[in-house]
Amino acid sequence: MSTLIEADGVCKSFGGLQALSECSLSVPKGSISGLIGPNGSGKTTLFNVMTGYERPTAGEIRFDGTAITGATPEKVFGLGVGRTFQITRLFFRLTVLENILVATQRHEGWLRSVARRAGSAAEHDRALEMLEFVGLGRLANSPAGNLSYGQRKLLELASLLVADPAVLLLDEPTAGVNPVLIEQLSERIRELNRAGKTFLVVEHNMEFVMGLCHEVTVLHQGRTLVNGTPEEVRANPAVLDAYLGGGDDDDF
Amino acid sequence: MTARLPFRALLVGVAIVILGVFPLVFSNPTTTSIAVFTLIFMVAASSWNMFSGYSGYIALGHAVYFGVGAYALTLLANHLGFAAGWGVFALVPVAGIIAGLVAIPTGVIALRARRHTFVVITIAFMFIFQLAASNFAFTGGSSGLQPPTPLWSATSYNDHFYYVAAVILVATVLLSWLVRRSRFGLQLFAIRDDEERARGLGVRVGRVKLSAFVLSAIPIGMVGGVYAYFLGQIFPQFAFDPLFDLSIALMAFIGGLGTVWGPLLGALVLESLQQYFTVQSGASQVYLIIYGGLFLAVILLLPRGLIPSVEDLIRRWRTRGGAQDRATEEGGGDRTADVVKAAGAR
Amino acid sequence: MNASSLAKAVIDGILTGGVYALMAAGLTLIFGVMDIINIAQGALIVLGAYMSYVLSVHLGIDLFLGLIITIPAFFVLGVFIEWAFMRRLRDQERTAMSILVTYAVAIIIEGILSVIFGVDFVQLQASYINSSFHLLGFYLPYIYVFGFLLALVLLGVLYYILYRTHFGRGVRGSLQNRSAAELIGVNVNRVRALSVGIGVSVTAAGGMVFGATNSFNPSSGYDLISRLLSIVILGGLGSIGGALVAAVFMVTLEDVVAVVWSPVWATLVYYASLIVVLSFMPNGLFGRAAVRAQ
Repeated sequence: MSTLIEADGVCKSFGGLQALSECSLSVPKGSISGLIGPNGSGKTTLFNVMTGYERPTAGEIRFDGTAITGATPEKVFGLGVGRTFQITRLFFRLTVLENILVATQRHEGWLRSVARRAGSAAEHDRALEMLEFVGLGRLANSPAGNLSYGQRKLLELASLLVADPAVLLLDEPTAGVNPVLIEQLSERIRELNRAGKTFLVVEHNMEFVMGLCHEVTVLHQGRTLVNGTPEEVRANPAVLDAYLGGGDDDDF
Repeated sequence: MTARLPFRALLVGVAIVILGVFPLVFSNPTTTSIAVFTLIFMVAASSWNMFSGYSGYIALGHAVYFGVGAYALTLLANHLGFAAGWGVFALVPVAGIIAGLVAIPTGVIALRARRHTFVVITIAFMFIFQLAASNFAFTGGSSGLQPPTPLWSATSYNDHFYYVAAVILVATVLLSWLVRRSRFGLQLFAIRDDEERARGLGVRVGRVKLSAFVLSAIPIGMVGGVYAYFLGQIFPQFAFDPLFDLSIALMAFIGGLGTVWGPLLGALVLESLQQYFTVQSGASQVYLIIYGGLFLAVILLLPRGLIPSVEDLIRRWRTRGGAQDRATEEGGGDRTADVVKAAGAR
Repeated sequence: MNASSLAKAVIDGILTGGVYALMAAGLTLIFGVMDIINIAQGALIVLGAYMSYVLSVHLGIDLFLGLIITIPAFFVLGVFIEWAFMRRLRDQERTAMSILVTYAVAIIIEGILSVIFGVDFVQLQASYINSSFHLLGFYLPYIYVFGFLLALVLLGVLYYILYRTHFGRGVRGSLQNRSAAELIGVNVNRVRALSVGIGVSVTAAGGMVFGATNSFNPSSGYDLISRLLSIVILGGLGSIGGALVAAVFMVTLEDVVAVVWSPVWATLVYYASLIVVLSFMPNGLFGRAAVRAQ
């Protein structure tokens, strides 16, 4: 199976703090991969590096074989890599529909983008379709700030999907979500995966990860510890050690 | 919104008629003079809002483009030997374009910074230009410059400037409206809410911000030229005036940052107030207290400005009792159940 | 231009820069702890100058002694401003709103001062203002030296508070990482109120020295705040050490340019230096590459 997106020997330091050391990870095309690790192990930092929000101090990021290290987030998204954030981020003062429309940007000439109304009929339709897919169709004209927590997560996901990305990086998609919705989320991801989308999911919810992912990578103190199927990882004593021992919960 | 469209169009039509007829009805030169200043500020506030209101980057240095427009028109009129009269108005669009060109390098430098630093850089540029204008010979140093003085009759003198400013106003409002409903405008608003996330969704923030910045400088440059011609004299400290920056920000804010009509309303209210106090000599410093107090009151009580707050009130009055399509902010409970049901029903 | 006038310019720059450093330190402290740019700092300095004026002219109190009254008074004023205006700013768009709010406060202060004192320029007077030390062939006006020493003392006090007290640790923690500080249990509201109090109290001292070395009127605040903002940005927002270095650097540069080239261009160079530095170091000399939301 070919690799769609990968991190190769990535190092990242902030001042004196070494957040990532020789971190490597590869996501096979068409898979649902998991990324787990204790708090502070560098998962979100790795996401930031992979999506262009941070530059690595060393190492490379490759998408479909081409190096994209240091590309801007706009460019990375344009290549087909979408990501969500640990704390759900939306455009809270825009309506639900407008949130989706932001992502449907085609790269057209400047003059046209000023003169044209935001969202052609086709884009509107597609946006509404996406909203229906996540069950938010009825709320299209509500301000995004009015949505409940679970609805916000769905909207964040829908905004990415409308651009038809090849791979989605999800940062803790089930955090704070009730179990019924988690199951729905799982189902949506499987559905999208069957349709050809690749996923890399950061999660603390072990049940979710083990049930959903084809393979799992464990991060610990900025390093890749172990990689394998959920069963292999679960049985690995080093992984248990990392979670229970070590005392590495230094968030500040 | 669609049902109210004809109503809005009607309002706009009425406004334009009032705009056109005003000097004929109120032909007193004192009144028309105030009107000219008010129109100039309406354009400036509206234009500033197109960048700062839509993107959330508070710029406090747009006086640069006002001053550049003023000096550009004056210098061109004098050096190209324009005869005083209608002809000089042809230089107004040129002044605007020159201001726009100046906005490119200054915008590039300023926009590399985060929002806090951005504000200070724009202020710094304002002082740099003011000082430069005071020190260079070709800008007349601290004594300034004088554009040609047209020989129009005293009674109709102001009217010429009024109508030019009115035309610029209509064009600016139209531009502001077009941008707001466009894809470009949506990107600006996305940047305003969450710039980093906008990048993650493919918005080319650098390009978008700079375009809006330069675009907002052009009408300001144009009315800067009108201002210079109207006054018949420009000085560095009035062409590049920190109070100008503050005023237009205040006007846009009071009316409603990010709306199309807000800055106009704010300018109308504030400029009339300001002119009233200037005419009443002796009270000219009191207006500062009232300005500031008004500003504070609006920020603390109506933080979104007049127009959005009024719109909110109207909306609440219309849907009183009915829940309609508004999801509640809390209560993930029953809402989520609905969502799940809908999702499951697919 | 000769070596001695150049040396004098440097000395003047350092002496004056020290005073600006004190006022800028207050500004950057407020930003670092609250994410708020206090545009009213300039107007407050002018207010401080007028307070000293009133105390000296109407009550005959010596300028430096008067600080015993004005500094605590301004501390209380700062706490009030934080409580009345800043606390209400919601976190979203906090910085943009703070600019507008504090600008409004600045205008109100200017308006009140104009109504009470009129627009004529005044300057603080004292017996020692027009006398100078004669040192190493240079004439150093007493007031410049005293002002500089005052600034040093107050900066020292500030240092002591920040680095040797429990409260100061809370402030520094907030400067570094606010959410972490909250997690440890720092009383954020108290830290904020007291920090703004401190940040404003230094304007009383700065105002006195400013008023003694310059003639001023209620509108003098604009020039002041523009200079202070430039210093704070060049030094790096939130960095007190940066504000110190930047203040001395920019003021000295301006004084040197005035002597070497021409006074007419000196101020322009002052502001241009900010642009130049930012082109190479977008976060200022000691600024952190911030991960803040805005």
